[in-house]
Amino acid sequence: MSSTIQGAEALQTTTSPVDPGASSPAGTPPRSRRRRRLDGGTGGTNWWLTALIAVCSLTVLLPLYFTIVTSLKTPDQLGGTGFELPTEIRWQNFADAYQLTNFPQALLNTALITVGAVVLTLFTNSLVAYAIARNMHKKFFRGLYFYFLAAIFVPFPIIMLPVVKETALLGLDTPVGLVLLYTVYGLSFNIFIFTAYINSIPIELEEAARMDGASTWGVFWKVVFPLLAPMNATVGILTCVWAWNDFLLPLVILSDPSARTLPLAQFIFQGQFNTNYTVAFASYLMALAPLLVVYIVAQKWVVSGVMRGSTK
Amino acid sequence: MTATAPRPTTDAGPEGPTRASSTKRAPTRRAGQGRTPRAFYWMVVPAVVIFFGLHTIPVVTGMFFSLTNYAGYGTWSFVGLSNYLNLFRDDRVIASYLFTFGFAVVSTIAVNVISLAIALGLNSRIKFRTAFRGIFFIPYVLAILIIGYVFNYLFANSFPTILQSMGLPGANILADPQWAWVGIVITTVWQACAFNVILYLAGLQTIPAELYEAAGIDGASSWRQFRSITFPLIGAYFTINMVLSFKSFLQVFDQIVALTNGGPGTSTESIALVIFRGGFQGGEYGYQMANAVLYLFVIILVSFIQLRFLQRREASF
Repeated sequence: MSSTIQGAEALQTTTSPVDPGASSPAGTPPRSRRRRRLDGGTGGTNWWLTALIAVCSLTVLLPLYFTIVTSLKTPDQLGGTGFELPTEIRWQNFADAYQLTNFPQALLNTALITVGAVVLTLFTNSLVAYAIARNMHKKFFRGLYFYFLAAIFVPFPIIMLPVVKETALLGLDTPVGLVLLYTVYGLSFNIFIFTAYINSIPIELEEAARMDGASTWGVFWKVVFPLLAPMNATVGILTCVWAWNDFLLPLVILSDPSARTLPLAQFIFQGQFNTNYTVAFASYLMALAPLLVVYIVAQKWVVSGVMRGSTK
Repeated sequence: MTATAPRPTTDAGPEGPTRASSTKRAPTRRAGQGRTPRAFYWMVVPAVVIFFGLHTIPVVTGMFFSLTNYAGYGTWSFVGLSNYLNLFRDDRVIASYLFTFGFAVVSTIAVNVISLAIALGLNSRIKFRTAFRGIFFIPYVLAILIIGYVFNYLFANSFPTILQSMGLPGANILADPQWAWVGIVITTVWQACAFNVILYLAGLQTIPAELYEAAGIDGASSWRQFRSITFPLIGAYFTINMVLSFKSFLQVFDQIVALTNGGPGTSTESIALVIFRGGFQGGEYGYQMANAVLYLFVIILVSFIQLRFLQRREASF
């Protein structure tokens, strides 16, 4: 902690207006601004702190390494600390897990629910937030804002039992129902961050569009929605991670076993084959991998998206 | 969803005359101040109806059934407040509240202290900063249920072996009623830190570097700078992170199912798990709804007190 501050202080005295040669010259504008402010090139790198952070990052990486290694072992290689490298690689674990959890079906279900939830959330939640943000001075919309916001404090267990009865009654105990529930239950928080962002968009842009004859809908879809892109990215990422990994809602809502999502498939699988560890770990890895791969590919974008969402 | 279709029908009515009368003088928006274009109502009304149906109605029916002896099936009758009175005499419910609160307090403090420390490290002049940020965010994209299964194996097999090889007594803490909660806290903190690190990093980046420059010239120590600049300026982030993480930890469910399933015995049953089990499998629908309503009031009360308390601290800096 202390070295951080020292670092920030020292760098201020050493920062030159010109980017030091070592740091990449091809930085995007916001990035290079941050650099200039916080790390004055490689000259002042705090190696002790780098080492400390590297050691800390092992706490994140080792469990992942352990999962991968275990999923490749044969059952008789289990034992020991579990961190040893496999002496003989058994790919069959993945084939077994693929069959036992009905992986393609679970993956397809999860993917469809996630895509549905993200698309519906982006289109509807931003629209509702826009209408509320631009009419905050009206009692009706102001009331709605607080109505939605109050729901942030309602814990899910209180809705859990009644909503299961209700969705069963309405025939919504399906993936479609789940998509709807994710969209509705995300509304509270999303309205909160969308309205804050919309308030920062100059209203003159919308007025100009109206002068050109655009309707309220036209203003939203052609002017406001594109301007919401950064916030849409944030809300999209949060919704995607939530819907993909959620366990409790699919557990209580879905009635048809063939509609199982990935976490749900692990839960059922764990109950039935909990002694077969190597296959279990292959199954966990297959369930974790899709989002992990997406994250590794889009890493910078995901982190900056979430950070942007939290500063607004 | 193109704009051309609804334009003539939706907007010609309320906006047409307004626009015609004030085209030259004032912007449409100000002219329309008095009446809201009908389109705005069309934007919110479907969402409100669905939200009311799938969120508010369940909350209200839940509150209603908390006053009955409904088992989840069959007939029911009103029992007044007796469900609520019984909650306070139910050892299992009381134990679940104690466990959940203890767990949430410890996890909230641990997550916020560790994330703030990591965020400070990641915000300073270290090598491979972007890569490290990427690494620390990984746990956020992993399902906590599955992470729980992985940690379950680590606690049960790997850690005892490692400890024993170092000559220490190694045992599976998840099998020990006294210490099982520690395993749940470790797993939870491992996952929850990812998101909090990012939030704190975002907060740290809003602090202007000039402040540190000035403090450096004044000869302030680094601890002093943290106490007088960094912490007060990210106070709002600290408050909101404390409140949100405490609230979400009070709802702990997935990791408990994966790690201990409430055991050994009922020593790690959270409130959500008791409501889930009693309500769906135990035929205690009405009774557990009373539990859920109590839980709602507790969460609102706690969030409110926390906000009040933390905001006052924030102001005192």
